[in-house]
Amino acid sequence: MVALRRLLPATQREWRNFLLGVAFASPWIIGFLAFTIFPVGSALYYSFTRYDLVRDPVWLGMQNYIAFADDADFRLVAGNTLWWVLFSSPLGVFSAFLMALLLNSRIIFRSFFRAIFFFPAIVPVVVTAFVWIFLLNIQYGAINSTLQAWGFKTIPFISSPDLMKWSLVVIHMWSQGAAMVIFLATLQDVPKSLYEAATVDGANAFRRMWNITVPMVSPIILFNLVMSFIGGFQYFTLPWIMTQGGPSRSAEFYAIYLYRNAFQWFRMGKASALAWVLFLLILLFTYLIFRTSGRFVYYAGATR
Amino acid sequence: MATQLTVTHYSQPWHGRALDLLVQILKYVVLIVLAISFLLPFYWMVSSAVKNDAQVYVVPPIWFPRPQFWENFWNAWNSETFNLWTFNTVVRYALPATFGTVLSSSLVAYSFARIDWKGRNAIFAIVLATMMVPDWVRLVPLFVIFKTLGWINTFNPLVVPAFFGNAFFIFLLRQFFLALPLELSDAARIDGASELRIFVRIILPLSKAALAVVALFTFMNAWNDYLGPLIYINQVDKWVLTLGVGRLRSAVDEIGNTKLAYPWLMAVSSLITLPVFLAFFFAQRSFIEGISLTGLKG
Repeated sequence: MVALRRLLPATQREWRNFLLGVAFASPWIIGFLAFTIFPVGSALYYSFTRYDLVRDPVWLGMQNYIAFADDADFRLVAGNTLWWVLFSSPLGVFSAFLMALLLNSRIIFRSFFRAIFFFPAIVPVVVTAFVWIFLLNIQYGAINSTLQAWGFKTIPFISSPDLMKWSLVVIHMWSQGAAMVIFLATLQDVPKSLYEAATVDGANAFRRMWNITVPMVSPIILFNLVMSFIGGFQYFTLPWIMTQGGPSRSAEFYAIYLYRNAFQWFRMGKASALAWVLFLLILLFTYLIFRTSGRFVYYAGATR
Repeated sequence: MATQLTVTHYSQPWHGRALDLLVQILKYVVLIVLAISFLLPFYWMVSSAVKNDAQVYVVPPIWFPRPQFWENFWNAWNSETFNLWTFNTVVRYALPATFGTVLSSSLVAYSFARIDWKGRNAIFAIVLATMMVPDWVRLVPLFVIFKTLGWINTFNPLVVPAFFGNAFFIFLLRQFFLALPLELSDAARIDGASELRIFVRIILPLSKAALAVVALFTFMNAWNDYLGPLIYINQVDKWVLTLGVGRLRSAVDEIGNTKLAYPWLMAVSSLITLPVFLAFFFAQRSFIEGISLTGLKG
C-alpha cells in the first residue's frame, strides 16, 4: 500500500499536474489503447482461431502455430527473411558508414555529395522499384544492354532466383541516406583532439580509423543495426512491387507471405499467428543483440 | 576525421605519409564512383522518359536520346486519371494526415517535455517501446476493425490514426521542447496563463522549425505510402498515385508491347518524384537535421 501510494500524486498541485499531463497526452494514450494494445491483443486471440472475415472465428487452440513446424511455405519465407536480415542489415549499415566517413573528411563539394547520397532514401518506393526493374532488365536495361554491346554475357539480375536477393541488397545499400545522416552527425561529435594525439604518436589513417572512429561511433552502429534488423524482418514493399516475391519465390519474404494469407486468401487466423511469431522473433533478436553488444560497443564515460 | 588527414606529418615515417596520400586518392576515387552510381538510376529514369520505343529497345543503350519526346510527360500523365489520384493523395490523405499528426504529436510531446506529472517517464518509455512493435502485428485486427466500421475504401483508416500521435514524432518534438528555457513557461504561469495557452502562444511559435520537420516528414510519408492504400483502398477512383503508377507498369510486362510502356512509366515516375526532389532541394537542412536528431540518443 505504501509503495502504491508513492506512485500516486499526493498534493493538490501534483494532482493538478497529473491531470493536465494526462489530458495533453490523451491522444496518444487513447490511440495506444485503440490502435496498438487492442489490435495486438486481438491478433493474439485470432491467432488461435480460423477466421475468414465472413464466418465467426473458430477456436483452434495452438493448431496454427503447430502447423508451422511442417509447413514448407513457412520454412521458405522464414529462410529467405533470415538471409535478408543477415546480409542486408550489416551491408546496409556498412554502406551508410562508408558514405558518412567519406563525407566527414575534408572534401570539395561536400553538401553536393551529401545530397546525392541522401536523396535515394526519400524517393517513393514505387519509383525505386520501377526504375531498378528497368535498369536491371535482362535485355534493354542500362547494364545488360551495355554488357551485350561490349560482347559480354547478360546477367539475370532480377530474373534469376540466385541473383534476385543480391539485387535487392544493392538497392538497399543505395537507399541508406537516413542511417548515413545519423552516422554523419555522430562522426562530427568525435573530439578532434583524439585524432591529433594519435597522429603525433605516428598512427596512420587506418589505425586512427580502427582505434578511434569505430569505437567512438559503435553505439550508433548498434542503433542503426537494430533499426535495420527490425525493418528487415518486415521487408515488404520493394520485393512486392518488383516481382511479387519472385522469381521462383526467391524474394518471397515473411511479410509477403503474411500479406497473402491475410489480404489475398483471408486466412486471418493464420496471418495473426504469423504476425505474432514475427513479433516474438524481433523481440528475441533485439534482446540477443543488446545482450552480446556490450563486448563490442564503447560507451564514453561508462565504467563497465 | 575532418582534420587528421591534413595534419602535418612531421613525426611520421615516409611510408606512413605515402599511405595517407594513397588514402586521399582512394577516397576521391570511391567518392566519384559512388556519386555516379547513385545518380545513374535517376538519370536513366529521366532520360528514358523522353525516348520513343525505338530508342528503348536497342543495344547499346542510348544515354542521350535524340530527338527527345517531351510530350511523353503530358501524354503519360493523361493516359490515366493521374489528376484524380493526385487530388486523392494530397487532399484526402496527405494534408489531413499531416494536420492530425502535427496537432496530436505536439500536444503529447508538450505533456512529456513541459508538464511535470507522476508517471510520465514510465509512459514515455512505453511510447518509445511501441516503435518496436511491428506494423504487421496490428494490421490484421485493424483491418477487421475498420471493416466492421465500414471504413474500407475510405481514407479514414489512413487519416484517423494520425490524430492520435506518432511515437517517432512525439520523441522528436519532445527533444525540441525540452531545449526551450523553462523560464518562459514559468513567467506565463505567474501571469495566470493556462497550460493550453502557454502551449499555443509560447511553445508552438518557438517551435516552427521542428513542426515544419514533422509536417514535411508526414506529408512525404503519405505521398510515398504504398502499403496503407494497398490494403484499404481497392476502388480505382479512390486510388492514390503510388497505386496508380502500377497501371502503367502492367503495360511493361505485356509481351510485344509497342505502346511506349517504358517511357511512360519512367515519365510518371519522374513526375511523382519531382515534388519530393523540390521539397528536398529547398528544405535540405530540415531533412538532415530532423533525421540526425532521432539518432542522437533514444
